[in-house]
Amino acid sequence: MDKIFERPLYPYERHHDQDCAQPARHTVVVIGAGPIGLAAAIDLAQSDIPVVVIDDNDKVSWGSRAICFAKRPLEILDRLGCGDAFVNKGVTWNTGKVFFDERQVFEFNLLAEDGHKRPAFINLQQYYFEEYLIDRVRELQAQGKPIQLRGCNKLISIDQHKDHATIEIETPEEPYTLEADWVIACDGATSPVRSMVGLDFVGRVFEDNFLIADVIMDADFPTERWFWFDPPFNRGQSALLHKQPDGVWRIDLQLGWDIDKEQEKKPENVIPRLKAMLGDDVEFELEWVSIYTFQCRRMETFRKGRILFAGDAAHQVSPFGARGANSGLQDTDNLCWKLKLVIENKAPEKLLDTYDIERIHGANENILNSSRSTDFITPKSQTSRIFRDAVLNLAETTQFARPLVNSGRLSVPCTYHSSPLNGPDVASMPRRTKPGSPAIDTRVGQQWLIDLLGNKFHIIAINTPAPAELEVDNLTIETLQIPVTDEVTQRYLGDTKNAIYLIRPDQHVAARWEHFDQSQIEKALRQSIGKMLND
Amino acid sequence: MTNLNTKPNINNPDGFYAELLELHEHLDKDQSDALNARLILILANHIGDRKVLRQAFKIAQLANTSNKE
Repeated sequence: MDKIFERPLYPYERHHDQDCAQPARHTVVVIGAGPIGLAAAIDLAQSDIPVVVIDDNDKVSWGSRAICFAKRPLEILDRLGCGDAFVNKGVTWNTGKVFFDERQVFEFNLLAEDGHKRPAFINLQQYYFEEYLIDRVRELQAQGKPIQLRGCNKLISIDQHKDHATIEIETPEEPYTLEADWVIACDGATSPVRSMVGLDFVGRVFEDNFLIADVIMDADFPTERWFWFDPPFNRGQSALLHKQPDGVWRIDLQLGWDIDKEQEKKPENVIPRLKAMLGDDVEFELEWVSIYTFQCRRMETFRKGRILFAGDAAHQVSPFGARGANSGLQDTDNLCWKLKLVIENKAPEKLLDTYDIERIHGANENILNSSRSTDFITPKSQTSRIFRDAVLNLAETTQFARPLVNSGRLSVPCTYHSSPLNGPDVASMPRRTKPGSPAIDTRVGQQWLIDLLGNKFHIIAINTPAPAELEVDNLTIETLQIPVTDEVTQRYLGDTKNAIYLIRPDQHVAARWEHFDQSQIEKALRQSIGKMLND
Repeated sequence: MTNLNTKPNINNPDGFYAELLELHEHLDKDQSDALNARLILILANHIGDRKVLRQAFKIAQLANTSNKE
């Protein structure tokens, strides 16, 4: 059996850095070649910032792990030049069904509106996700972009100095040392970097265990997310069934707190549980089994001098809501353009503190949502169970109770409404595109707006003139004139007839006005790159 | 702004009270608890206004003598 996650994709190779008398200095070193580390490296390298990724392994993630990817991260992958691979392979789904006991209590549809390039969600095994990012790394390397991926390079220590960090690395040969101007730690929930620099990671532990099994089966379940509360095959607990590509199905069974993990993980114990759920006559093969517990927590700060933390290394949530990998991708989306401007001396170093501000806001939002979902799914007291069951019973017959059912509030794009980088707003324009929000996709002729934005500052001009290009503080701002359509009116104009939007390199709205005014644009641009921040 | 109405507002209070208790007749404790929870959710949704609901929460919380100290 040759599985993608069993094949070394970036095997150890000796690098001349290992033969230097003095440690080689790099601009950025990324620790960890998981989805978030790879995304960070691609983001920087495609903007010509040299980056070295080290990982103690040489393969993609074993087992499918993260499987749900939301629209905003897919748009980020498009900006990284590789969205199609994910969407073409992924399973697109919109419908979720909720069952209570033996009955279906309601059904929801995530497909909110037309006029977006990317679907609300796709399901894709994490190993494919990482494989496609590695393909993108190889593509960038072929184009001569400064990106290196070093397998079987294990971090053993990290020390911070005023303007760099020193990293000691273990290899299959002898250890060596590197220096980095900047380090991005994407080394996961158990982040060695975090412990090595002695930073806390406190939060709430949820006393529960979940059995996660990916099975390969030829079943005719529809492409929907099915969630059960208290089903006959897993009494008093919850269950989830979700489809992935290649006939792989994700099954998640809540087990409770007081269990023997090693016993429960054994196939002879897993298989009867799955048979009870799927029926005796369904043939299946186990691809991956794991038991997880989780915590909802984050670091107090995501920046410590020259080290920046992203993804699970910085924050952890319960899996309900698909907020892990999806929020990690929003971390690096937020971080990389800022780091690039700081490295190029185009923005002050304190711009990086706004990575902390904006993404801590994101992490708080995710922790809040995910804790609330968990409290609904696994009631912590008799009374909370009574209310939970009351909601589920009412949901079957009355509309009002359905929004109260919480089987995971699925990841939606994070908006930074109170960010210090935001410039002026126009109140009569739509709320969804307020400064701090990610730009909302829409058709622009034969193209998609989201494909026209990103990686630099843009002005979107709607029904009002603006210069095609302008230069402010050594930064180029390019103008997109977009025609008025119903979608554009609904998403960008609101009650106004014309608009000017300043869009950041991460496609978030920095400021908006009704008309172009050079001095206003200059001021807002300076604000959005941290030049107006107080010390 | 509407405030929670704490003045008598129900016609035929004795009739209402009897009807409320009738709902719970022949139910065991668990069934009654479940019914009460459903009732709270239905009535809360009808009120809708979070401020009014919070006023109701407060009054319910303070009306219990053991919480008064």
